[in-house]
Amino acid sequence: MARAESRLFGSDELGALLDRVARQVAEGRIPGVPLLLVGIRTRGVPIADRLAALIGDGVPVGAVDITLYRDDLGLQGHWPVLKGTDIPFEVDGAEVVLVDDVLHTGRTVRAAMNAVCDLGRPARVRLAVLVDRGGHELPIRADYAGAAVAASPEERIEVRLRPIDPDDEVVRVGPAPC
Amino acid sequence: MSTPPAPTGEAPSPAATPSWTRRHLLGLEDLSAGEITAILDTADSFAEVSDRPRKKVPALQGKVVFNLFFENSTRTRTSFSLAAKRLSADVQDFAASTSSLSKGESFIDTARNIEAMGCDVMIIRHSISGAPQLLSKHVRSSVINAGDGAHEHPTQGLLDLMTIRRKKGRIEGLTVGLVGDIAHSRVARSNIWGLTKLGAKVILCGPPTLVPRGFEALGCEVAHHLDEVLPRLDVVNVLRIQFERQQKGLFPSVSEYFYFYGMTRERLERSKPDLLLLAPGPINRGVELTPEVADGPNSAILDQVTNGLAVRMAVLYLVSGRGPGASKAE
Repeated sequence: MARAESRLFGSDELGALLDRVARQVAEGRIPGVPLLLVGIRTRGVPIADRLAALIGDGVPVGAVDITLYRDDLGLQGHWPVLKGTDIPFEVDGAEVVLVDDVLHTGRTVRAAMNAVCDLGRPARVRLAVLVDRGGHELPIRADYAGAAVAASPEERIEVRLRPIDPDDEVVRVGPAPC
Repeated sequence: MSTPPAPTGEAPSPAATPSWTRRHLLGLEDLSAGEITAILDTADSFAEVSDRPRKKVPALQGKVVFNLFFENSTRTRTSFSLAAKRLSADVQDFAASTSSLSKGESFIDTARNIEAMGCDVMIIRHSISGAPQLLSKHVRSSVINAGDGAHEHPTQGLLDLMTIRRKKGRIEGLTVGLVGDIAHSRVARSNIWGLTKLGAKVILCGPPTLVPRGFEALGCEVAHHLDEVLPRLDVVNVLRIQFERQQKGLFPSVSEYFYFYGMTRERLERSKPDLLLLAPGPINRGVELTPEVADGPNSAILDQVTNGLAVRMAVLYLVSGRGPGASKAE
């Protein structure tokens, strides 16, 4: 458990990252096409909520649970608990912006794209993340990112958000000490 | 983004560990309240899949599910097959009447042959109580009980629980009546275990020949006069008279049974206005309930069928969730 942790962004800086992503999303929208934010469970959902509040205009927010679309399902001992997909609006013809905390391998985003496309045919799907940490394993890039952080494969970049976590922060969790 | 093995998107707390670790679903009797709730919560998530324009998720891609039905069934088998298909599993039906069982092969040998073709989950219905338990000791596949004799029908019990929970918002503290042929009913037994474990009060009601006093040992109240208990009920589950499972003479006539135990409009008027009416089906209209009641506003009979699909998806998902390494430990 004793892994080295260093804080990359505090609460104020995290707020600035959110502002930046919200501005990018608002500037990038297609005029006349409904915009929907879909948070990837777990931490993509509160980020999507905050982005929607910053963008205003009553942008609706949904949540996608990618569990059933994971490419590593069955590789773990127990299967993850389902938290459910909740997208109570038409995705047909809409611009869907997938929202997640960290872009790493791209596998979660791949699963989320499949999950959203099972609900309909969006006009466009884009990806917004708070932090792009590199290490992509699929041809997936973020359209909107708050920050780019270089991290080694052994490190984890964690975004912590109220109310799930005690504080708003982004931390780098180092490899387990030898 | 996921960073295997611990995706940052998932809460890493141990509290998030699912309370389901079993390879089989043999009955509700051995399950804890937490395990039953885990199935119901998972089923709630799966209910959404059936509302989609594209009613399929890839969770069980590449898994093989066999239906081993040694007793007739249309709706349960169809429901299980559809549930497996919605999870992208391959489903194969095995009908006992056209198999080598009719040539004398034992039931375990049949199952082992099926397993040799590659099978991950066996769904079994059998007229003999305990057949699924026996099967589970002889195969590596997961075994799901789809009804064994008069013992248990766990997925029916679970879909009844799911329907009650969705309609009433809770199960704990409710008074639930099971009316009819309790003695011959595996549905009744699964309901009794599930309801009592989740904190409901269960009243069994029917003629003494079909509702023996011995059921009080399971923590139920036994009653023989429906009109006396009906006003206390929040939910009534009207069980089918199992003409195929009972000898003659357990009650004088169908019309007399209907007179004392049939759910009619008059009886509904003397019940709580929000009485929830369930029936496991197939229903005998005019025996256990009138068509007017079966199709009326208190009835959740078709919701039960819809929820049955979600419950079976949940069970297939959960029993498949054990990695090959984990199953060797059993």
